[in-house]
Amino acid sequence: MTDDYEHYEAVVVGAGPGGAAAAATLARNDVETLVLERGVEAGSKNVSGGLVYAEESAPYTLSDLFPGFREAAAERPVTDYYLHNVAGDRVKTFDITDLHDHDTEWSEAVLRRTMDSWLAERVHELTRETGGGLLTDVRVEGLLREGGEITGVTCEELDPIRADLVVAADGVNSELARDAGLMDWEEPEEWFQGVKAVVDVPEDVIAERFGIGDDEGEAHLFSGDLFEGVRGGGFVYTNRDSLSIGTVFHLDSLVAEDAEPHELLDELLTHPLLAEWLDGHYDEVEYSAKLVPDSKKVAHPAPHRGRLLAVGDAAGQMQAQGPIIKGMNHAVTAGALAGEAFAEAKLRNDPASAGDLYERKLREEGVMAKLRPQGYRLTSALGERESVTDLADAVLTSGVGRRAIRLLGDRLEGLYSSPILSQIVPDTRTPYVTMPTVIAEELGERVDADPDYEPKSLLDRIGDLTYDTDVGDPHIELRDTSAAASGAAVAACPVSARDFGGGCYREETRKTNGHEETVVSLDTQPCVECGTCAVVADTEWEHPRGGKGVEFRQG
Amino acid sequence: MHSVVLTKGVPDFREGQVSFDEDGHLERGATPTVMNPNDEFALEAALQTKVKRGGRVSVMSMGPPGYESVLEEAMSVYADDLYLLSDREMAAADTWSTAITLSAGIEKIGAADEQGSSSPAEESEEPDLVFAGFKTADGETGQTGPQTAWCLDRSIVTHVVALDVEEDEGRLRAKRLVEGDPDEIETVETSLPAFVVTDPEFEASYRRAEHRLRHKELRAETEERVENYEDHLTTWSAEELDLDPDFIGLDGSPTIVSGVDPIPKAPSEREATAVDPDDPEELHAVLETMRPLAGGD
Ligand SMILES: Cc1cc2nc3c(=O)[nH]c(=O)nc-3n(C[C@H](O)[C@H](O)[C@H](O)COP(=O)(O)OP(=O)(O)OC[C@H]3O[C@@H](n4cnc5c(N)ncnc54)[C@H](O)[C@@H]3O)c2cc1C
Ligand code: SF4
Repeated sequence: MTDDYEHYEAVVVGAGPGGAAAAATLARNDVETLVLERGVEAGSKNVSGGLVYAEESAPYTLSDLFPGFREAAAERPVTDYYLHNVAGDRVKTFDITDLHDHDTEWSEAVLRRTMDSWLAERVHELTRETGGGLLTDVRVEGLLREGGEITGVTCEELDPIRADLVVAADGVNSELARDAGLMDWEEPEEWFQGVKAVVDVPEDVIAERFGIGDDEGEAHLFSGDLFEGVRGGGFVYTNRDSLSIGTVFHLDSLVAEDAEPHELLDELLTHPLLAEWLDGHYDEVEYSAKLVPDSKKVAHPAPHRGRLLAVGDAAGQMQAQGPIIKGMNHAVTAGALAGEAFAEAKLRNDPASAGDLYERKLREEGVMAKLRPQGYRLTSALGERESVTDLADAVLTSGVGRRAIRLLGDRLEGLYSSPILSQIVPDTRTPYVTMPTVIAEELGERVDADPDYEPKSLLDRIGDLTYDTDVGDPHIELRDTSAAASGAAVAACPVSARDFGGGCYREETRKTNGHEETVVSLDTQPCVECGTCAVVADTEWEHPRGGKGVEFRQG
Repeated sequence: MHSVVLTKGVPDFREGQVSFDEDGHLERGATPTVMNPNDEFALEAALQTKVKRGGRVSVMSMGPPGYESVLEEAMSVYADDLYLLSDREMAAADTWSTAITLSAGIEKIGAADEQGSSSPAEESEEPDLVFAGFKTADGETGQTGPQTAWCLDRSIVTHVVALDVEEDEGRLRAKRLVEGDPDEIETVETSLPAFVVTDPEFEASYRRAEHRLRHKELRAETEERVENYEDHLTTWSAEELDLDPDFIGLDGSPTIVSGVDPIPKAPSEREATAVDPDDPEELHAVLETMRPLAGGD
């Protein structure tokens, strides 16, 4: 039967920005391309905070590859960018629009269901011309190997497919990158966890409260003492008639503080600034979450194995440039470069050289330098040691440090806007927590507003999501149910919580032979497929079958 | 490969749609007519054949002019063209005279195809496959399919749950439920042309990407076509089908309905006891009542 396998020149796995860019580039180079996406529609599995960048220095942007993208599939351009340093009800706001504008051709707030499904339609049209096309509801489960070589993909829904090129654009929880041995799911330090709520707010209310016109939009970031000391920050982005409100935290810090992601989101939702913006209009329509790779630590320097090329989150290409998060743009660039590399290799009658060519392009186009900045390696070597952090924090919070902050005053805004500094800040609590808190205490002003709403309960958030549960076929299995191995997931899973019975992870006390034992149990029904427990618990983690599981409407 | 799918309009028996009078008789006028739900499986089977083997899918129904909407519904699943056999003379037909009328329609489609080609042939080229859904929601007889197959003198496979057409071999291989039992499945083969009655358990299977892509394309095409479905609709009268009025409609129906008895409604009163959830004794009593049942004895 094996001679009956289908063959396509290229199979692209995943229809996010990385996969879309790869497929469009391949199709434009007349490569017969099949795109496989596990969601019921492209975008239905995807979450981002929502600012997509087109960098001036990038060889490819979304609007290059998909003319009309901004008009058709984006929400609002970002015209103002603020960073709020928070200490209690004191806030010191920096205007960091300059940092945001640095190397930026344009930037737009997006909602992923709208964005990705629009891209997918274009991709389908383009790839159809080559004899391929885009299919949804198909989950690729692994790599097809013949004679020890990667020769294609295997799927739950389809017979195995052979291909000369396999593009792993399957996102942060890439099963293909793992199957190929390019990535692992071991260290919480290598990941962020992003959690987000979309809140419907009428267009005229957004215009009035943010003081923006039709073609304007704002981005607001929050850091300081509002997140229980967890390293990370919050964001608020304006969409056409909704707000994207979310948090991004270092996963190791979340676990160390045993923090509940949904409660940290609530801290942001009830901050006085939010209380003003949402007054009378807190209509939360979707809760979502996803892991985010930290390129500084995981961007693979040679993201290919044989015929497999990994792009975007699957290759760890997600850059946290200080507070600014850039994943989608790099996925687009990498996807297009991978496509270009294969087309060139094919032209030279040497398709097997596509991987090396892709790796070279990532370097020569300056992508790798952004993902793994030289300076960070230096500062992290120095600055990420606990003793150094303690010292920095001690200085900052002392009279001397505080005086320095007061003296610097508004010149701090300029420092925060430095593109170079922002790339190399060490991952410690100093820049995330201590510094902004001291800034707010010394320079901030009181904002007092009390929210006229209560954030939605976790139960309601889960209840409002759409699921097509694959009954009797859970996609995650707990390998080790001991609290030591898997207990961290109870708090860190964004749809679970301690003392909450309706989530995925729970802790139970079991009595055996007279002694008590705490064990962890798992029910995948409410799972939003974020990937957190793949890292913080001992699991056998897979995505659900094609079309099954959670379906985001906003994303 | 040419397939014809037979479909019928039936009263919409879904809650909120259907109305009955005081005596429990169906109020036809107040109940919308929809495509017989089981016919969807026949359409899916025909679509699968088209996806895998190419060709054309025609959908045919016998009924009053109002049945156009039924054909429209069928086209929203899939159809290249639609045929409505409609005539006063055909009214009040039982399954037998319906089978006679439908088989005449199917033969005429074949003949019409031939005329379309260069030389008008004497012998008509019959469609390779005729599909019907398993029994209609109103009559519940399940006879029309087999009787039509008999009129056409072709082999018939019923209760089909999976299907594979081997066009080159002129053969059809099907999985079917033995006597409609979902736990007993047999594989049968028959030569084309054939008549297939799909079971509600029928599931189309597309294990190749090329088939899924084709399926997606065909579905998009039919969705576009259905916007102007009238342009793809042919209506034939009894005369155009060359049918003798004595053999069709009420006159051609040997069935005599002697009477209709409403099925009495199941009694809905149950013995109920309200329990105060805060009273442990009452809750205990509930447990005691349930205990013998929980053991399974
Ligand atoms: C809360 C949050 C905020 C963020 N904010 C920003 C931001 O403001 N700006 C920014 O640029 N980035 C942001 N990011 C990061 C950004 O979302 C990602 O970097 C980006 O989506 C990566 O694109 P991708 O194409 O590599 O992967 P994805 O967008 O994740 O796409 C992967 C696709 O593959 C599919 N797939 C996965 N597995 C399979 C399989 N086995 N078979 C078939 N299909 C499969 C998925 O369904 C999905 O469609 C944020 C992320 C989060 C979670
Ligand atoms: S069960 Fe795991 S993957 Fe699912 S939402 Fe919780 S942490 Fe995320």
